[in-house]
Amino acid sequence: MNFVLMVWRQRNAKSKGRFVPHLVTDISADTSFMEMLDVVNEGLILEGEEPIAFDNDCREGICGTCCMVINGRAHGSQHGTTVCQLHMRAFRENDVITIEPIRAKAFPVVKDLVVDRSAFDKVIAAGGYISVDTGSAPDANAVPIPKDDADLAMDAAACIGCGACVATCKNASPMLFLSAKLAHLSLLPQGKAEWRTRVLNMVREMDKLGFGACTNERECEIQCPKEVKVHNIGRMNRQFLLASLLERIR
Amino acid sequence: MALDARIPSGPLDQKWDRCRSELKLVNPANKRKYTVICVGTGLAGASASASLAELGYNVLTFCLQDSPRRAHSIAAQGGINAAKNYANDGDSIFRLFYDTVKGGDYRSREGNVFRLAQLSVNIIDHCAAQGVPFARDYGGTLVTRSFGGAQVSRTFYARGQTGQQLLLGAYSAMMRQVHEGRVKLFPRREMLDIVLVDGRARGIIVRNLITGQLESYSADAVVLATGGYSNVFYLSTNAMSSNASAIWRAHKRGAYFANPCFTQIHPTCIPVSGHCQSKLTLMSESLRNDGRVWVPKDPADKREPSQIPEDKRCYYLEEKYPSFGNLVPRDVASRNAKEQCDAGRGVGGSGFAVYLDFRDAIARNGVENIEDNYGNLFQMYERITAEDPYNVPMRIYPAPHYTMGGLWVDYHLMSAVPGLFVLGEANFSDHGANRLGASALMQGLADGYFVIPYTVGGYFAGNEFGKVDTSLSAFKGAAAEAEEKTSRLLAINGKRTVADFHRELGMLMWDYCGMSRDEAGLRLALRKIPEIREEFWKNVTVAGAPGEFNQNLERAGRVADFLELAELMVRDALHRKESCGGHFRVESQTEEGEALRDDENYSYAAAWEYTGVDSEPVPHKETLQFENIKLAQRSYK
Ligand SMILES: Cc1cc2nc3c(=O)[nH]c(=O)nc-3n(C[C@H](O)[C@H](O)[C@H](O)COP(=O)(O)OP(=O)(O)OC[C@H]3O[C@@H](n4cnc5c(N)ncnc54)[C@H](O)[C@@H]3O)c2cc1C
Ligand code: FES
Repeated sequence: MNFVLMVWRQRNAKSKGRFVPHLVTDISADTSFMEMLDVVNEGLILEGEEPIAFDNDCREGICGTCCMVINGRAHGSQHGTTVCQLHMRAFRENDVITIEPIRAKAFPVVKDLVVDRSAFDKVIAAGGYISVDTGSAPDANAVPIPKDDADLAMDAAACIGCGACVATCKNASPMLFLSAKLAHLSLLPQGKAEWRTRVLNMVREMDKLGFGACTNERECEIQCPKEVKVHNIGRMNRQFLLASLLERIR
Repeated sequence: MALDARIPSGPLDQKWDRCRSELKLVNPANKRKYTVICVGTGLAGASASASLAELGYNVLTFCLQDSPRRAHSIAAQGGINAAKNYANDGDSIFRLFYDTVKGGDYRSREGNVFRLAQLSVNIIDHCAAQGVPFARDYGGTLVTRSFGGAQVSRTFYARGQTGQQLLLGAYSAMMRQVHEGRVKLFPRREMLDIVLVDGRARGIIVRNLITGQLESYSADAVVLATGGYSNVFYLSTNAMSSNASAIWRAHKRGAYFANPCFTQIHPTCIPVSGHCQSKLTLMSESLRNDGRVWVPKDPADKREPSQIPEDKRCYYLEEKYPSFGNLVPRDVASRNAKEQCDAGRGVGGSGFAVYLDFRDAIARNGVENIEDNYGNLFQMYERITAEDPYNVPMRIYPAPHYTMGGLWVDYHLMSAVPGLFVLGEANFSDHGANRLGASALMQGLADGYFVIPYTVGGYFAGNEFGKVDTSLSAFKGAAAEAEEKTSRLLAINGKRTVADFHRELGMLMWDYCGMSRDEAGLRLALRKIPEIREEFWKNVTVAGAPGEFNQNLERAGRVADFLELAELMVRDALHRKESCGGHFRVESQTEEGEALRDDENYSYAAAWEYTGVDSEPVPHKETLQFENIKLAQRSYK
C-alpha cells in the first residue's frame, strides 16, 4: 500500500513546529503503524536526515507510551485500540494521514510526536495510592471484596495513562484518567479510609498543573483505548463535592 | 576472587530468618543519612524504591520511560504464584520451592528459591492491601488458576493484566514516597556506567534523554533492576527499550555475569508475519489451560483448520506427555513446536506456527467463560492478526521471552562489586535453567519489597562510608568515557542502520544460540559475532546530534552492548556441554529427545569475569548444593 504522511516535526520544546510530508511506498497491509514509521525512519536515516521522533515501547497496547493524534483522533479511529495495535489495513490506499503530538498545555512537546506527560505522575503522587507500608498487611483473604466491586475496580484500573483523554478533550481535561484511579481505589474496602483526602488532593493537583476541567463532552470515553467509562467522572464529582463540604464543616 | 554466595547454614526453612536476625541494623535516625540509587522502575525497582524509602533511606530512582509506570513489567499477563494454598489442593511452601527448583532443571540455589517461596505469601497480602484488583469469587475471596506446568492452583491474577496491576501497585507505593520527599524520581534517564570508589559502587553516570546531557549521581549503594536482555535476539516479547546496557556496563566494571546462555523461549507467541516485524507479542501461557495445541498429521494437509477432522489432527503434547498434556513447562512446549514445524507440519503462511484451539473449551464452558478468562488476550490477538480466535484456532510459535541469566548475586542480592545490588530479571538467582510461569513477578516483588530492605541495611551497618561526591575523578573519568563512546558512534557515518545490525545479530543468535544449540553452530556464531561487531563500529550510521533527544543514538548504544553480550552468551552455551532447561545442547539428549543434564560435571552456576572486549572472559564456578531435593531427570510424561 502507499500513503502520504503529514507529520508534525518540531526540533525541541522551544522551536516552532510544522507539518512535513513523508511518502510511504509499497508497504504491506499487515504492517503495524509503528513498523510503518520504523520503515520511514530507516529511509530517512540512510538519506542522512533526522528520523521522526515518536514514543513507543511495549507495542502491545499496555504501557501507554505511544499515544499520538492520527487524522485528528488520539490513537486513530479504531475503537479500543492504541496506536501500536493499529495496522495499515485500517487505512485506504493513497490516504493522506496526518500525525501530530498530543496538544495540551500540561503536556509540552519534547520533539516531533513526543510529549512530556510527567504531569500525570504528579497527579498520582498527590494521592493516587492506598497508604500501606510494606510488611503491615493482613492476610489477603481477611477482607473479602464482592466480585462485582472487584470487577468494577478492575475496569477502572485498566487505564494505561496514555493521555488520549487529554488529547481528545477540548478543555485538555484529564478527568477520565483521574476518575479512573479514584474509582479503582475507592471501590475497594482497602481504599475507603483515605477517600476524602485522596479526591481533594488529586483534583487540586490537577488544577495546579494547568489541565482544564470537564464540561461533559464525553469524547474521552469514545477515544479511550481501554474503554474506561465516563460514569467514573460522575462518581468523582460526587465524591469531590461531598469531600469539600465535609472539609468545610470540620 | 572466590565466589561466596553467603547462603546461611542451617535447615532450609530457617535460613532466611537466620540471615535477617544476624544482619546488623541501621539506627532509624541514621537511615536518612544514607542514599540509595535505584535504576529501573519495573516490579523489582519500584517495589525496592518504595520499601527502602518507607524505611527512611533517601532514594534516587531512574528509568528510561517518560513515566516509571511504563516499565516492561506492565506487559506481564498471566499471573503471580504464591504458596497460599487457598485452593486447599495440597500446595505448600515446600511444594512451590520444589516445583521451582525442578522446573529450573536443578540449576538454581536451594536457599534462594526457598526464601522466594516463603515470601510469595507476603507478596499477595501486601498487594491486596495496596488495592491490586485480583480476580475474586462471588464470596469475595481470591481465586487462583493453575499455570505453567503446576499441578496445583496457586497463580493469582488480575484478568490478563496481572503485571500491569502489580506494577501500578508498586508504582503508586513509590509515588507516595515521591510525595513524602524520600524518593527523587529521574525519568527519561539512561544509565551509561556505574562508578566505583575504593572498590565499592558509589554512583552512576546517566544520559538525560531529553537534553542529551550526561549527569552524575553519587550514593552509598547502587541497586540495578533493569530487566532482561531477550532483545539480544532482535525479535522478542520484550519492549522496544528493553536492553542489557546497564548490567553489561556493570559487568565491565567488575560484576560477574552468570549463566548468560540461560534464556527462555516462550511457546505461545504470535508468529512472525513479515520482514518489517519489530517485536513479537506473547499470548499468555494461561491459554494453554483451555487451548489445545495441534498440527495436521499430514504435512501435505493444507486445509483450513476447521475442515481438518479430529483423526487427522495431531495433539502432540497430549499424546507425548499424557499426565501434563498441554501444560508441560515452556522449554518442553517450545522445543516440541519447533520439532513439529521442522518436520514440515507447521501451519500458516510461513509454516512456522502451530494451532492453539479453543473449540472444545468453548463447547465445554461456553463463550462467556472463555471471554471472562481471556477476553483481552483474544482481543489482542484479533487486533494483530485480523483473525477471530473464537472461531479460528490461534496460530502460535515460540519466541525469546525471558532471560534466566544475569548478573551474579549472592544471597543478599549483592553482585561481585560491593555495594552493587541486582534485583528482578537482571540478576540470575532464582530460576536456574528455566523459569516457570508466574514466577518472575513473584521474584521481582520478593526482591524489592522483602529482601533488599534488609540486606542493604546490613551492608550499611556493616561498613564504614566516607563521603563521596560527583566531583571525584572516578565520576569525571567515567563520564568522559561515556561521552567518548557517544562521539565515536556519531562520527562513524557508515552505510548501515543500527536496526539492520541488530536484526543481523538477532537472526544469528536465534539460529545458533536459540531453542537448540550445537557445537558447530556455536563455533560459527563465535566467529561471526566479532565480525558483525567490527563492521558495526566501521559502518553504522547514527542520526542526529549528542546534545538532544536522540532515539537513534540511544538504540545504537544498546545494540553496541548486545554485540558484546552475545559473544559471552555463545561462549557460555559452548562451555556448558550438557542440556538443561532452556539450554538444549543437541549433543546431550535422552533417547526420547529430552534435555539430558550432566550433574557430575555441570551442577554449578558459571559466573563470568570480564577481561576486555576482545579477550576471553574468565569463568568462576559456584557449585550448587542440593541438600533437600534429590536430583532427578525431569519427566512430564
Ligand atoms: C510479555 C510478557 C509477559 C510476561 N508475563 C509474565 C507473567 O504472567 N508472570 C510472570 O511471573 N512473569 C511474566 N513475565 C516476566 C516478567 O514480566 C518480567 O521478568 C519482570 O516483570 C521483569 O521485571 P523487572 O523489574 O526485573 O524489569 P522491567 O519491568 O523490565 O523494568 C526494567 C526497568 O529498568 C529501566 N532500565 C532499563 N535499562 C536502563 C538503563 N540503562 N538506564 C536506566 N533505566 C533502565 C527501565 O526503564 C525499567 O524501568 C512476562 C514478560 C513479558 C515480556
Ligand atoms: S507502545 Fe505500549 S501501548 Fe503502545
